[in-house]
Amino acid sequence: MTELASSVAPPNPALSERLKFYGIWIAVALLLLVLPKIFGSGGALTTFSLIGISIIFSLSYNILLGQTGLLSFGHAVYYGLGGFLVIHAINIIGANKLPIPLPVVPLVGGLTGLFFAALLGWVSTQRSGTAFAMISLGVAELIASSALILRTFFGGEAGISANRTKLFRLFDWSFGPQIQIYYLVAAWTLLAIIAMYALTRTPLGRMCNAVRDNPERVQFVGYDPHVIRYLAFCFAGFFAGVAGALAAINFEIANSAYLGAVQSGTVLFSTYIGGVGYFIGPIVGAIFVTALSLSLSDLTSVWQLYFGLFFIAVVTFAPGGITGLLMMHRPLLRGGTLGKVLPSYLIALIPTLALVAGLILAIESIVHHTVNPGDDPNIKAFGMSFNASSPITWIIALFLIVGGFVVARETWRRLARAWDDALTVAHERGYHA
Amino acid sequence: MISEGWCVVLELIVISTLNGVLFGMLLFLMASGLTVIFSMLGVLNFAHASFYMLGAFFGFQISRWVGFWPALFIAPLLAGALGAAVERFGLRRVHRNGHVAELLFTFGLAFAIEEIVQIIWGKSPVDFRIPASLDFPAFRIFSTNYPAYKMFMLLVSIAIFVGLLVVLKKSRVGLIVQAALTHPHMVGHLGHNVGRIFMLVFGVGTALAAVAGVIAGPALVTQSNMAALLGPILFVVVVVGGLGSLPGAFVASLLIGLVQTFAVSMNGSLAGAFGPLGPDYAQTWLSDIWGVTVAQVAPIMPYVLLVLILIFRPMGLLGTRET
Amino acid sequence: MTAPAIEIKDVQKSFGNISIIRDLNLSVAQGERHALIGPNGAGKSTTFNLISGYIKPTSGTVTLRGEEISGLPPYQINRRGLSRSFQVTNVFANMSVWENLRCAVLWTDGHHYSFWKNIDNLKQVRDRTAQVLSDIGLTARRDVPAGLLTYAEQRALEIGITIAGGADVILLDEPTAGMSHAETERAVSLIRRLTEGRTLVIVEHDMSVVFGLADRISVLVYGHIIATGTPEQIRSDPKVKEAYLGEEAA
Repeated sequence: MTELASSVAPPNPALSERLKFYGIWIAVALLLLVLPKIFGSGGALTTFSLIGISIIFSLSYNILLGQTGLLSFGHAVYYGLGGFLVIHAINIIGANKLPIPLPVVPLVGGLTGLFFAALLGWVSTQRSGTAFAMISLGVAELIASSALILRTFFGGEAGISANRTKLFRLFDWSFGPQIQIYYLVAAWTLLAIIAMYALTRTPLGRMCNAVRDNPERVQFVGYDPHVIRYLAFCFAGFFAGVAGALAAINFEIANSAYLGAVQSGTVLFSTYIGGVGYFIGPIVGAIFVTALSLSLSDLTSVWQLYFGLFFIAVVTFAPGGITGLLMMHRPLLRGGTLGKVLPSYLIALIPTLALVAGLILAIESIVHHTVNPGDDPNIKAFGMSFNASSPITWIIALFLIVGGFVVARETWRRLARAWDDALTVAHERGYHA
Repeated sequence: MISEGWCVVLELIVISTLNGVLFGMLLFLMASGLTVIFSMLGVLNFAHASFYMLGAFFGFQISRWVGFWPALFIAPLLAGALGAAVERFGLRRVHRNGHVAELLFTFGLAFAIEEIVQIIWGKSPVDFRIPASLDFPAFRIFSTNYPAYKMFMLLVSIAIFVGLLVVLKKSRVGLIVQAALTHPHMVGHLGHNVGRIFMLVFGVGTALAAVAGVIAGPALVTQSNMAALLGPILFVVVVVGGLGSLPGAFVASLLIGLVQTFAVSMNGSLAGAFGPLGPDYAQTWLSDIWGVTVAQVAPIMPYVLLVLILIFRPMGLLGTRET
Repeated sequence: MTAPAIEIKDVQKSFGNISIIRDLNLSVAQGERHALIGPNGAGKSTTFNLISGYIKPTSGTVTLRGEEISGLPPYQINRRGLSRSFQVTNVFANMSVWENLRCAVLWTDGHHYSFWKNIDNLKQVRDRTAQVLSDIGLTARRDVPAGLLTYAEQRALEIGITIAGGADVILLDEPTAGMSHAETERAVSLIRRLTEGRTLVIVEHDMSVVFGLADRISVLVYGHIIATGTPEQIRSDPKVKEAYLGEEAA
């Protein structure tokens, strides 16, 4: 039997593979350690902290969406409740001078998320698919509206705040400066990534995938899909709570926006844009979306519109997200046929960029006329200067949109053909993934 | 003789029932389209409430140019055409990426529509007024004047409800829709014109939501957040009624309409019923629960109902389907 | 005498006013290979659904080795040692062949919902999965996602998932449907080998498979069993000839 296993089962990874695997984790840890030495400004540290929080939150969301196939519109509930409880915890710890240092406080958020996920999850996960999505939305509205009623606990519109520096100190770290918060977030992020990765390698993690693929068949190999969904929901709640706790510690405040629909939508956007099919997808998405939302808001006043349109484009044209898009190229790269499609990419890029530029021109001109009609019509967006009232702008925009669309459609068709050819060759050479 | 107190209670009951039925019928105008679209296309249109909002804003803009009555017809047609275009050029493409992608597509659409409405009409409420010809009290109950416009809203929704019933029972498309409601898996076998039927259903469904928007706009607040406020309630309606069940959606619409309207009109609280809490508890979270009035809880009533239904009838009131 | 592996007593199933299964009685002894045949729409798959817990009988009882299982959810019936396959291939499409089989092994091996064990370190699971993989002859396709297998390979995987958990009562729903002659022969020898020493109930349209494999045969017509017996008895039964074989000859 064991002989059979050694010849039939997937081989245990070679030593070099395992070293590579652990090497990646150590490299990540080192990178997190030296990052502040390279980008030391307060703004950069805040951005890094936000990205770390978003990574934990997005990965926790992907336990539901990518691993178990549960589309939730209310994941921020567990993030927000974790945040609120942590603010209360900091205040209680500070007031009573309890010997609990700040670095372990995020655990309070995690346990809060776990508790509420365990409480609300059983009825929510009875159903999957569309029904689950709608239920998650309803439960989220219930909690968010209740938070506004329970003013003493949730602090109404203003929220509640705490002072993170008044806690029991270890090694004389006050956690006042952003750099110390950065290291706190980085450590928790690394821990959470490792824990969530490990979860995918357990029997439960594998059965989550099975439930995602085929909940019906799962019942006939001895598992109750409801229990699997429920456990996945609890884990997702725990890590969302940790993320919310870190956010609360970072801002020293928790308010109703933590629990709200926008927060739930943002984590959905990050995760999906990054790609739900791979473990690393949500990490990529969290980095990308956090950076995008910070930089887009500098470039244009209606960045949320672009963000929404971008999301629609990803759903329509790249349902695998950024990671899925990149991984599609793996067989071509390994089969040595990537070079065959690159020229087609470059050709398709030009009209596509023209189309996008035309759309931006049109949107910004319209925005100028509806939002600030009295202002100077010479405006600047995305580094382009133009006169929003001039007919020339309108003609150029129209030309770019129509012309760009017609040409882009043709070039993308050519690209698709070149792609198919390259993939066929790669398959013939034995590279399927 | 009826005493004064009973008059007040009776008045409250009559007015709240009228308002509740009205709100319920408006909800059903939207929920019916949502349910039929879900049954036929297999996708719950997250942007459905956005078309309701578009109906209100189109109605507002068009009634400024040509008056309310033409707007009542043009705005839904426009919104419906937009809906049909979304199905034809968007959803149909996304369909091959699976149901999650479809739902997310409509989610992104809802997000984008809200942004666009904000860009065009701003974030504050617009001045969408009741047409002068309907701006008078219809009748008087005890001390309350019931506005004619609300009666008009009720009549329009009932007229559309009856019209829908007739179409469903008598027309060929109606028969197809009925078949789809009872045998969702058979939709694929409808034949070569299935694409056109889908587009039509999506267009009509979104147009119905827009009708609700046009008539509700002047009575409620026409603002860029109206879709986000109503959307979740709408989804509660279809889940409570049972996904894919048209009678279920009807019952749930009326139920939620009545529950919410009655709750809003009640001022009772635990403090009112049992007296105020002792001073020891005045600053604790318990005082929040103690002091909150039924009216303040009204916004969460639909969601409480949702949770109760999930515990006791996971398939919804009249639902039979798993997903 | 030991209790029968499966015993169906007076089972009825109706959807609304339409009764699909009427007065169904069937007893399958332990270790027996039993075939269920009948014209299309006779209720063969419905019978499987009733036994495996996929649907609940309107009335009547189903027992597994003397224990009542009617009304239990499918996963509990599976845990008691009854496993079934599906007429329409029903695998985990995005997961590899290896992962598909491994999922089917986990529960019986006692790992349940555990989230503290590294699945790659579970030696018994690994051995058992490797055994099933080589038994169904898909070793070369180990890492291919199940959705990309050929039809015959998917059918083999379907059987593999069904037997991987080690259940001693196996229900196979048309395992050779849609296969070529050569593929059918291979599938039959596979089934014969894998169900050695277990109880097998099989729904099958291919009469050569049925008569070659089964110890006993039951004939289901309009939700009712009209005859049960050895292949010889069934061949010569006038009722069967009239209701079923006759129909096919005509």
